[in-house]
Parts: sequence; C-alpha cells; structure tokens
Amino acid sequence: MGVFKPYKFILYVLLGGAALSFLYPFYWMILASLTPEAQIGELGVAPKGITWDNYAQMAGKIPIWRSLFNSVIVAGLSTLGVLIFGSTTGYALAKLPFRGRNMLFFIIIFTMTLPFQITLIPNYILMVKFQWIDSLAALVVPALNSAFAILLFRQAFKSIPDDLIHSARVDGCGELRIIFQIIWPNIIPTIITVGILTFMNSWNDVLWPLIVIREEKLMTMPQLVTLFAVGGRAEAQLGVKLASAVVLALPIIIAYAIFQRHFIQSMASTGLKG
Amino acid sequence: MKKTLPYLIVSPYLLHLALFVLFPVVFSIVLTFHKWNIIAPMEYVGWGNYWRLFNDRLFWKAILNTFQFLLVHIPLQIVIALALAYFLNQKLFARGFFRASFFMPVVISGVVVTILWQQLFGLETGLLNRLLINMGLGRVEWLSNPNLAIVSIAIMATWKNVGLYVILFLVGLQTVPKSYYEAAEVDGASSWQQFRYITFPAINPTFFMVVILSTLGGFSLFIEPYIMTDGGPLNSTLSAMLYIYKQAFGYYHMGYSATLGLFFAMLIMMVVAVQKYAIENDE
Repeated sequence: MGVFKPYKFILYVLLGGAALSFLYPFYWMILASLTPEAQIGELGVAPKGITWDNYAQMAGKIPIWRSLFNSVIVAGLSTLGVLIFGSTTGYALAKLPFRGRNMLFFIIIFTMTLPFQITLIPNYILMVKFQWIDSLAALVVPALNSAFAILLFRQAFKSIPDDLIHSARVDGCGELRIIFQIIWPNIIPTIITVGILTFMNSWNDVLWPLIVIREEKLMTMPQLVTLFAVGGRAEAQLGVKLASAVVLALPIIIAYAIFQRHFIQSMASTGLKG
Repeated sequence: MKKTLPYLIVSPYLLHLALFVLFPVVFSIVLTFHKWNIIAPMEYVGWGNYWRLFNDRLFWKAILNTFQFLLVHIPLQIVIALALAYFLNQKLFARGFFRASFFMPVVISGVVVTILWQQLFGLETGLLNRLLINMGLGRVEWLSNPNLAIVSIAIMATWKNVGLYVILFLVGLQTVPKSYYEAAEVDGASSWQQFRYITFPAINPTFFMVVILSTLGGFSLFIEPYIMTDGGPLNSTLSAMLYIYKQAFGYYHMGYSATLGLFFAMLIMMVVAVQKYAIENDE
C-alpha cells in the first residue's frame, strides 16, 4: 500500500498491453473455433453461441486423432534416441580418452554451423533410395542424433568427478550402466533441457514431413493441419480451420502451462551456444 | 577398459554422421553438375545448373524478398525485445506472468501462428482491420498489397519469436551489478550515458546472439508464406526456401534445387561470418 508512483503505473500499463497482445489472439482463436461460422466475423471478447460443430466437421474431413498419435510416436522416439545417443557420445567425448577425440569434437561443432539447406535434397534422395518414403523411419531415423544434444551432455559429464566413475568400474559396472544408472540421476537438468528441445523441434517440424510423407494416415499433426489449411478441404470455413489449429496447439499449451519454467530455461539455453 | 570400447560407443553417431551429414554434403556437390528427376538416369550438365541459377530472375527475387524480410524483422525484434526486457528487469508484481505470456508464442507451432495470423490480417473481418476501423482509421491490405505482404509476415514472425529474445536480453541485463548504476548516478551520468556505457557493453554478446539467431531463422522462412500466400501476390513473399522447395518437390528438379540449396547455404554462412566480423570489431 505505498504511495502512487506514476512511473510504475505506466510500466504496468505497457507490460499489461504487451501481455494482452500475446495472449488475446490465442484466446480469440479458441473462442472462434467454438463459434458458429456466421458469427466469427464479429467475434470480440464475449462468446457468441458456443458449438462443437467445427470440431465435428474437421474430425470428419481429416484423420486428426491418427495424426496426433503419429506425432506423439515420432516426437517420442526421436527424443528417446537423442537422449540415449547424445549421452553415450557425449560421455565418450568427456570421459573416455581415445585417438581422434578432438577431431570428432570439431566435426560435431562443424556440423552445427552447416545450414540444413545443403543436406535437405540429398537426404530426401536417400529416403527414396532406402524406400523410406511414407514410413515412420523417414521421420525418426534421421532425427536420432543431435550435435547440440551431444555438446550439452558432454558439458554435463565433464562436471562429474572422475572418482565416481572409477569407483563404479571397480565395483564392476559397465560403461552403459555408469552412464544411465550412476551419472544420469546427477544431470537431470540437462536431460530435461535436451528432452524438451528435441521433443519441441520434432513436434513443430513441418518441412521434412511435407517432403517424405504423402499418405494421409502417416502424416504428423502439423503437416496434416498445414495441408488442410492450404488444400481447400476446409472449404473456406474459418471455424473448421481454426479448430484444427487449436487441436495442434493444445497439447503444447497444456504442457507449457505446467512446465513453463523448464520450457523457458531450455529454449533460452539454445541461445547460449554461440 | 578395452581400447576399442570408446569407438564402439561413438559408432552409432559416426554411422549417422556419415549417412545423413557427410554423404549428403558430398552428394549435393555431385548433384549440382547433373540434371535429375530421380526416375530417369542422371544426366551430366557441367556448369549448366550454375548458369541457370545466375540467370534465374525468380530465384534472385526470392533472395531479395528474404533479405527484405530480415531488414524489417531483425531491427523490429531487437527494439521490442530490448524494451520489454528493460521493463521486466526491475522489481515488479507478477513478473513471472509477464515473462510467461511473452514467451507463449515461442513454444506454439509456426503452423498454428500462421493460420491464426492469416485471420488477424484478413481484409474485411480480420481483427487488425476491425481494430483500425474502430479507431477511425482505414483498412490495411496486409497480405494483398505486394509492397506490404512481406512486411506483414515479418511482423508476425517478430510477434512469434520476440519472447525468446526478451529472455536472452533479460539474462544479459541481469549480469550488470546494480552498484555500477549507483556509481554512475553519483558521477552525474545521464540515463542515456548509463545505457551507452554500462548497459550496452554488458548486453553486447546477447545482441550478437540475437542477430545471428534471427538471421538463421529468417533464412529458413518457409511455412509462413507456404500457408499464408503461397509466395504471392506477384511473388512478393516467395522466400528462397519456398522457391527451393517448389523446384525440388513441385517440379522434381533435383540437380537444380541442390544447386540452389548449396548456393543459398554458402550465402547464409557468408552473411553470418560478415555479421560476426562486424560485431566483434565494433569497439
């Protein structure tokens, strides 16, 4: 209950306005997807006749639930792969001496500076030659490793004292058990960061699925929603289009509402790699 | 421990690297000298694809569009992110809420954001034009005016990404000890001088990061014009990535699109190197 400070007041008005400009469009989108088509044009803040009709129509036109399942599988397997291979490779780079280790480290750094525009077309051709077009393998296998994840894990393993590893070896632990049973519980923040980043990247990726998946029942959700939005099958019905966008957004909105702090920390750490 | 064990442990990565990075890089160079639609046998064309690239007006238009996008997107992003970070960097009620709401569009799929903004930009019933009309101003042809469409997309991209850069700037601002400002105050430094000589040097590395990250993001601009405008009107929103996509998967010009991809990637690496040099030698 302090004195009224005009400076603070203006600050709150500015910040509040900014927050509103980021949140209101999402609120409007969810509301519009629940509004009869004829009323969307004049929709503001208050609801105008709630209906599930748009969702029913959308689900009748595209296999949206199937695509949700596909996206969960693809993002889940990619994340699992990146966590496992990122840990093993990062561990070798941090804790195991071997010839060529420095060179491997520089190669990994180099691959991070390589724009994906170079490898996109040849990788597509590779998928054609493997006959992986229209298969989940095309979405998962190329995503099983990530240079950024390896570097994050390497950094985390470096902070683990060698004594811990030596004594585990004396006790007869193999290297894999050392990585996943002894060290993993000590580097939970890194696992969360890599997990969130990889899952989000996979979940939101749409260029690669557009290239390698043509069959509707194998499509990931962002791909299916994209093709629904541009393909004319929504028949210019805005509410139906927005309903598909809401289903795509909702899992992430819910996850973000719960793990907000982890999301922000993880994604901000991508900036710190430079 | 056996000598071969480390190699065994890194072997899955090495295999992956060889297959999905090293081979594609080499193969993309081979492709640039061939004409190929995947089905018929490859046909050697020498420097043909490169000649074609240099004479391809549409490709240069797409490069120009991409740079126009960056020219609007980067300054806008830096100014807004820095301002919001500056406001947030003080003792505030509900600071976490503000931070979380600025960051919200960052986690949402670009597909959702684009479908949403296509509506916001709508000519007749779009929220932005309705707002402008209520304020007594005229309609804006956000996406149908060829001079404005790429700017509109840059505004949307800024809205989507700015939250990330707010956080990065905030981290940078928090590295400055409060005592510096107090000392400057005692010495009679103006707020601008405090910003120029205390704040700015502290956030210089962040500044660099923001420029590089948003440049890389801007160069991969694809899904936004793909959904919103399909490159139109009059190819004014055709981004380089969208053009490469169309050459490869619309016409199956594998050799030519690989040439475009290689050239474009070189250009990206050059631009980033120049930015790095410029920022590091600024002082």
